Amino acid sequence: MNSKPYFEDFDWPAMWEATRQTLYMTGISVVATFILGILLGLLLFLTSKGSLWSNKPINVVISGVVNIFRSIPFIILIVLLIPFTTILFRTMIGENAALPALIIGAAPFYARMVEIGLREIDKGVIEAAKSMGATTGTIIWKVLLPESMPALVSGITVTAIALVGYTAMAGVIGAGGLGNLAYLQGFQRNQNDVTLVATIIILIIVFIIQFIGDFITSKLDKR
Amino acid sequence: MISIKSVQKIFPSKQGQLRAVDDVNLEIQDGEIFGVIGYSGAGKSTLIRMLNGLELPTSGTVTVAGRVVSKIKGAELRKARQEISMIFQHFNLLWSRTVSENIAFPLEIAGIKSPERQKRVSELIKLVGLEGRENAYPSQLSGGQKQRVGIARALANNPKVLLCDEATSALDPQTTDSILELLVDINKRLGLTIVLITHEMHVIRKICHRVAVMESGRVVELGQVLDVFKNPQQSITKRFVQQVTEPEETKETAEHLIERYRSGQIVQLTFIGESVEQPIITNVIRHNNVTVNILQGKISQTQSGSYGTLFIHIDGDEAEVNKAVDYIRSQQVGVEVVTSE
Repeated sequence: MNSKPYFEDFDWPAMWEATRQTLYMTGISVVATFILGILLGLLLFLTSKGSLWSNKPINVVISGVVNIFRSIPFIILIVLLIPFTTILFRTMIGENAALPALIIGAAPFYARMVEIGLREIDKGVIEAAKSMGATTGTIIWKVLLPESMPALVSGITVTAIALVGYTAMAGVIGAGGLGNLAYLQGFQRNQNDVTLVATIIILIIVFIIQFIGDFITSKLDKR
Repeated sequence: MISIKSVQKIFPSKQGQLRAVDDVNLEIQDGEIFGVIGYSGAGKSTLIRMLNGLELPTSGTVTVAGRVVSKIKGAELRKARQEISMIFQHFNLLWSRTVSENIAFPLEIAGIKSPERQKRVSELIKLVGLEGRENAYPSQLSGGQKQRVGIARALANNPKVLLCDEATSALDPQTTDSILELLVDINKRLGLTIVLITHEMHVIRKICHRVAVMESGRVVELGQVLDVFKNPQQSITKRFVQQVTEPEETKETAEHLIERYRSGQIVQLTFIGESVEQPIITNVIRHNNVTVNILQGKISQTQSGSYGTLFIHIDGDEAEVNKAVDYIRSQQVGVEVVTSE
């Protein structure tokens, strides 16, 4: 196994294309996870005991689904979702094909964080809104979401970073992106420089996400 | 304005049923400041929360401003709640909103349009004395300022009734007084009916017209504040009255004096209204051959007159001392001879 010297004939366009794919997969799945996770988290919170829509059967069902999908290892989830993905995109290769697995893998995880964030809201504040004659809709939009926003943002930051990792894993089964490049070019063809550069780019993406997340959280938090 | 009829609230608990509120009947007049006092667990919190439908009575009816709060639901209840505001012990402000935005919140709920909302918010800020703090966040305010925001927020939709759930219990004595003064001011200016619950007799003394004393879910005593101070019937009421009239150390001081002065008597005098202004001590000394030593005295103001207590030590010939005590008794002054226990 002779590896060629570092950065000789280095394929930068392929590297940039892989970076674009990673950013695309992460971006779409973060947005979808944010929306889906907040919906699920709100449902978990609202149907819990003593809350506004307190409903045990619904809470048990949602909680069960969330726990199941949160427990399946991501690499297995991708495989399990292959039939679903092929129906949706008529292929199981490429960046779009990774999205269902990414979103279904991350949303339940984020939903739990949303639920924790909502639980931290002072019950008295919700009661005060009720005592002013607020509807449940008003309480959700004007109390629950704004009051838990720093927790929701720091939660999505953690989830987004996990999603960057997931995209790399999805790359292994043919979804494209930096993980795919590092595996096919770097590992299987023994081009260590490709692996190195792909790793550095992933690190930079993670640092940027963390920085943006921390910045927004500190701006939002008026406590 | 408020009518509570045979109201019961029973919570199921592991040790059987807990009667939080047990057959309470109260009528509260329009424009009245009505106080409910009790120790924690007496059911006063549950009672006040039934006035705006945050709790529903197990049986009985609650009528506030012509609406049967214990029966109505949904949109009608929400409408009623806009007329029955509440302030809280821990203020319950939204930390993500500024002072102005917090005060605007109930106006948004009532569907009031932005220009009018702004106008109302600045009126309210003036009313509670928070000029210059409009854009501060709750975390930048002191406790008293936070409660002022709570009051402004509660008054936003021109309610008919203001419920105060231990509204001063988290504040220091000075701030408590300024908030109480604000409440009296609002009551006079807007003619608002105020119902407050507390465990501090000081609060009742300072602003209430009438008071109900609660113990294990029942109202055990009810009356004008001054009457209750003058003549408390139940032992729990006596204890609450003592919170105001006797500082902690009085009892110790009295016991110490009983030991020191073997002769004579230590007497507690209570004065109400007119009698506060009589030169009673001078008269006692003039008409009886006794010496009088003043140990401790205090005059408290209530909404309907003043109330004073005085501890004195009367010494001299036993017959003369008894005569002096009888003389004081004849002067419309409450007399209680303090003995060591």
